[in-house]
This record gives sequence, structure tokens and C-alpha cells, in this order.
Amino acid sequence: MTPLFFTLLIAAISIAAGLLGSLVGVGGGIIVVPALTLLMGVDIRVAIAASIVSVIATSSGAASGYVRQRLTNLRLAMLLEIATAAGALCGAFLAALISGHWLYLLFGAVLVYTAWSMSRPQPQAARSLPPDAWADRLQLHSSYFDKALNQEIAYRVSRTPWGLAVSYVAGVLSGMLGIGGGVLKVPVMNLAMGIPIKVCTATSNFMIGVTAATGAAVYFMRGDVQPFVTAPVAVGVLLGAKLGSRLLGHLHSHWIRNGFVVVLVISAIQMLLKGFR
Amino acid sequence: MNSNMSASFRVELIISELLRWGVFISLLLLAIGTAFGFIQPGEYGRAGGTVEDFHRLLAHPNLTLLTLPGFLQAAAQLRGEALIAPGLLLLIATPVLRVAVSVVAFYLEKDWAYVAITSAVLFLVLLSFALGKVG
Repeated sequence: MTPLFFTLLIAAISIAAGLLGSLVGVGGGIIVVPALTLLMGVDIRVAIAASIVSVIATSSGAASGYVRQRLTNLRLAMLLEIATAAGALCGAFLAALISGHWLYLLFGAVLVYTAWSMSRPQPQAARSLPPDAWADRLQLHSSYFDKALNQEIAYRVSRTPWGLAVSYVAGVLSGMLGIGGGVLKVPVMNLAMGIPIKVCTATSNFMIGVTAATGAAVYFMRGDVQPFVTAPVAVGVLLGAKLGSRLLGHLHSHWIRNGFVVVLVISAIQMLLKGFR
Repeated sequence: MNSNMSASFRVELIISELLRWGVFISLLLLAIGTAFGFIQPGEYGRAGGTVEDFHRLLAHPNLTLLTLPGFLQAAAQLRGEALIAPGLLLLIATPVLRVAVSVVAFYLEKDWAYVAITSAVLFLVLLSFALGKVG
């Protein structure tokens, strides 16, 4: 393997990861880290640092579209972001303290969870949302314009403390493993907090960028962000994600989803095996 | 909340343009920097490099450019990594910039609770830069 071959190969892998991720609605990080460590033999901390930078690129790249559609609930994002950013800070430090084996095991567990959450039937939100004094006082209730329905949809926010708790956990995992953590946050925001799915996606995307920046800053200042590995990964994942958002709607997502779950399960087994070794 | 949306929405549109250009410029720096790495001697290896170059790069990453003197030296030698490092920093800074602008937006709306909340987020992000240097 020569440096040029390595660069082209990880760029190709990253494009594929960004493309697949955007087609099935997850970030590229969940594929980039296993691919870099298992296939290319990159140190897991270097892979995580490269992935967290690519997460920022995807988030900021997608954000401008969400801003124009006014889907992001900025108040909710900022409130939950206190928990997420604090989590990311803790996670980025934990990643340096614990052994690489634990990172493999934890990553394997997150892959298993992601595969499971993607293959189960989508649960319906219970429509009895308890009143939430936090959401009232902090004016989290809002509305958005739904293009498909062509009308303004008002929504109320519930169970804010749950949101804060899950956001903290998502932040820790993001800082530790170099993933966005949307797969944890979006279901809770949608099902437990009662927020429309489009608003969840946009708000979570905004939070992911800030969270990833918090984690990435620690990795960067510590010197774990290796330019040789990170540059092709960040460029590749964003190109792939942009390509994916163009293709979305032209492809049968059912088959892509099933194929993606298979890839996740195989990666999970490999990561767990490597963790136990 | 909707009544004073227009002022903050204009701010949001500015943010969206900042994000677009920030990401575009930083990724351009990363791509050009990587190409430079293969052109300049003593970096990734000219014309694709050798197996030894590859093992050297993965085993002993060049971290000197994360310090200011190291970066200035790399920049003076026109090394590719002297383009990649500011590209990475710009990419990490784009979401931080968005939070900073949001503090201003909430201030303009005289929404003091959210000025405080957003400032706390900004503090945490900036703290991570400071703590990363220590840890």
C-alpha cells in the first residue's frame, strides 16, 4: 500500500459511506470508522477523529437547506445542546482515557442498536403528551411550514427532561466514537417529546454539527486529527452525502435499507470480535 | 415567536450562506492540500509515494503543524498540510460561528433566557478548544 493508493481508497470508501448514509438517513461516521479500522488498519482513535470532522462537514452542508425551509427549532436545539456539548466534552476525554478495546466494544454495541432500530417496524407516537412546565416556561412550542401539506403546522413540546438526558448520552457517544448520534436523539424527540419528524431531523442536524465541533476541537488540539487520513475522509463523506440527497427519491429505499442493515450487522460482529481480542 | 421571526430569519439566512461558503472553502483547502502533499518533497511521497512512506505517515503523523511555529514553518515550505490544517480549523469553526451568531440573534429579540442558554453552549464549545490543549 502506498500513500496515494490509501488516499484514493479511503476517499472512495468515504464517498460510499456518505452516499449510503444519506440514502438511509444516518450519518457517514457509522460506516467510516469500521471501514477505516477493519479494512484499512487505521488506529481507532485516528479513525474516530477523522470521522468526527466529517460529521461536521455533513451537518453544515445539510444545514443551509434546513435553515431556508425554517424547519429548525433553534430554542430547542440550544437548550438540548447544553447537555449534548457537555456530553461530547466528557466523551472526547473518556476516549483518551479508556483502552482501544472498549472503543471497539462500544462502537459494536452502537452498530447493533442502529441495525435494530432501522429494521424494526416504525413505532407510532403515542399522541397523549403530558403537559411540560419546562417547555412552557422556555417557549419551546413552535410551528413549521409543511411543504407537502401546504400549511403551517403548530406543535407542542413535551418531556423536555427526557430530551436533555438522551441528548447528554448522545453527546458522550458522539465525542467518544466520532458519530453524530442522530440515531439516538431523533426517535426520542419524535416519539417521546412529540416533535414532528421533519423538525426533529433539522434540529438534530444542527445539534450534531455543534456537538461534533465540540468533540473535534478536543481531538484537534490534542493532535489526533491526522491531516493525511482526515482530509480525504471529510471531502469524500460530504461529496457522497450531497450525491445521496440528489439520488434520494429516485431509488427504492427498501432494498438499500435492508442492504445497509446487513452491512451494519457484519461491521458490528467484526468490531465486537476486535474488542474482545 | 412568529411575530419577530423576520429579523431573526434574516440572520438565519446569513448563517446559511456562511455555512455553505465555510464548508466549501474548507473542503477545497483539504483537497488542494492533499494534492500538494503528493507534489512537495518529503511529505506524502512524490508521485504517489512508497510503502515506506505509507508506514511512516500512519506510524508517525506530523503533528508539529498544530503549533503556531510548526505551522508557519510548514507554510514557508509550501507543504500541503499547511493548507489542510487551516481547512480543518475552518470546518470545526463553522458550527461554532453559527452558535455565536445565534447569541446575537436572541439578543436582538431581547430574549434574555436564550441569550444565556446559547452563551452557555458557546462557552462549552470554546472550553473544548482550551481543554483539548491541556488533555
